[in-house]
Amino acid sequence: MLAAIEATRHGAGSVLLLDRSLIGRGGATVMAQMTVAAAVGPGDHWQYHLADTLAAGRGLCDPELAALLCRVGAECILEMDDWKVGWARQGNGFAQVQAPGHDRARCVYVDFLSTGPAVSRTLRTQLQRQGEGIRRLGEILVTDLVVQNGTVTGAVALNVATGQPITIAAPATIIATGGLTRLYARNSASANMSGDGYALAARAGARLIDMEFVQFFPIGHLAPRLIGMDPIMWDPFRYKLGGRLLNGAMQEFVERWGGDAEDGTYSTTRDLATYAITKEVEAGRGSPNGGAWLSFTHVPEATLRAAFGPVIDRLAANGIDLTRDCIEVSPIAHYHMGGIRVDPRMRTDLPGLLAAGEAVGGANGANRLSGNAITEALAFGRIAGAEAARIAALPAPAFNPAAAAPALALLSSTASMRNIAALVARLQHLMAQHVGPFRTAAGLNQASTALAALAAELGTAPPGTPGIPHDLNRQDWLDLRQMLLVAEAVIIGAIARTESRGAHQREDFPALSPAWERNLLLRLPAGATHLELA
Amino acid sequence: MPSTRLHIRRGGPGEAPRHDVFDLSFEPGESILDALRRLRISADPTLAFRYACLNANACKECMMLLDGKVIYACTARLEARDMRLDPLPNKPLLRDLATAIAPPDERLD
Repeated sequence: MLAAIEATRHGAGSVLLLDRSLIGRGGATVMAQMTVAAAVGPGDHWQYHLADTLAAGRGLCDPELAALLCRVGAECILEMDDWKVGWARQGNGFAQVQAPGHDRARCVYVDFLSTGPAVSRTLRTQLQRQGEGIRRLGEILVTDLVVQNGTVTGAVALNVATGQPITIAAPATIIATGGLTRLYARNSASANMSGDGYALAARAGARLIDMEFVQFFPIGHLAPRLIGMDPIMWDPFRYKLGGRLLNGAMQEFVERWGGDAEDGTYSTTRDLATYAITKEVEAGRGSPNGGAWLSFTHVPEATLRAAFGPVIDRLAANGIDLTRDCIEVSPIAHYHMGGIRVDPRMRTDLPGLLAAGEAVGGANGANRLSGNAITEALAFGRIAGAEAARIAALPAPAFNPAAAAPALALLSSTASMRNIAALVARLQHLMAQHVGPFRTAAGLNQASTALAALAAELGTAPPGTPGIPHDLNRQDWLDLRQMLLVAEAVIIGAIARTESRGAHQREDFPALSPAWERNLLLRLPAGATHLELA
Repeated sequence: MPSTRLHIRRGGPGEAPRHDVFDLSFEPGESILDALRRLRISADPTLAFRYACLNANACKECMMLLDGKVIYACTARLEARDMRLDPLPNKPLLRDLATAIAPPDERLD
């Protein structure tokens, strides 16, 4: 949304904002109940934020992209404040909490657990203020980009509400489709995050980077069943209240796996906490549902209420009383560090194609620092929007409908009815089983074989006939086509990287190797069906 | 495990209304959205309903009628009884439980 706003502010006369869901209500941002890192406090500087971001990235961050995230991100956070997003206040400044991996209290938020919805709502309001310059269309699922002589000239999409295909001509296209968490059975983002953007870029011929680095959020909600809440909601609880992470025997255990004693604080980074919980469960010391306990029972009720007010009532409706009950947590797919390779102006390898937000790879290296995702979404959106406006003002090739014909033919094709939802579920389970935070050559090769079987079952055309409104089974087919390519990218990267670093942990190569302090790039050669290392 | 019987309105605009019946068992605390998503995998992948955010009550897409009352499928819990699901009556029907809820200026009709 910010990319569209920024493009308009830089003179783009005609901006089309497409979303496969409703504008501003899908994706990851609206789900984020947590905090946003930005060097906007007294005495802080974006270069301190950068130092923390680079350290968390374990040597793999693209330093230019990371610097833009920290510098432009801070400007965006201040602009969001001008736009009345409602960052929580303390005294004359912002209330800021210290998240793991940061050298100081740097993370702003909107109470209570409303950061993401507030950011989405604020951007929607600003979008509408741009007036006629931005045309917003929801329920448009882009399935392929249109490429003419190596330049992206537009896209082919499914109009979900009618089931009919459409084509779009554009001198500049920005992919801002988020990450790939839907590849995993347990994930913390919305159903939209199928990695579509990575697949679109790769099919068009752009390179992907760091695809093996999937971030698992260590303390995703596991049990009891909790509805109407984001599964990563325990993160802000830990920022404000500390809390204690305990094994099945109610003992602290992070130290056993290389962490420092937390003593009721929240200081263990995400990769280490994920490792500690997984290993503790493997050692037979997990909680009843296969995770760890998180306890706030030592926190007085008045303190809980002061910190989270209405959320305490929503928990009560779910039968959870934190003064009495511990909850169970376990790692959950949360974010993807990898993505489309871009330059500092958010340009991909292909003229006419840019990327923004989580779809961009490289800024966060092997492990993303808490709070950097919304900062990145805003910073890269702003840069990409300005650059797209500049590109759109230059002479561009005329859109050639013939170049869109194969992608249109796919959307118009018919095939026998099959249950694609079940195939998606199979992919999610095999990714969770073999391509989670801990990997082995044997497991990755098994995943690779299973992926080939799924591809064979997928076939070459979506089930049923075109033109049916809100046809989820056909949509699942189009999604699974993209998800299989993206899963392949993660697996190829994970097999190739024979070391352990950040979010990529190889049990058969447990050490970090200095020789691997480099990025892996992937590309889909023209006419090929499988990705290769570039 | 308790079980529920869902009566789900099927079909598109202009079709004679019918309710398909699905029986399924559930874990206490599960939502109607949990059940609908599971039904697509286990019973009928063509079942149409709206959702984006998976039970976080953030996207507000999953509004429908439960026994005639407007609910969010992601926060309404399954109960061990007959439950009737219908699409929102005041929005154009797309198919089954899915209606056109996007603002009119954000639709391509």
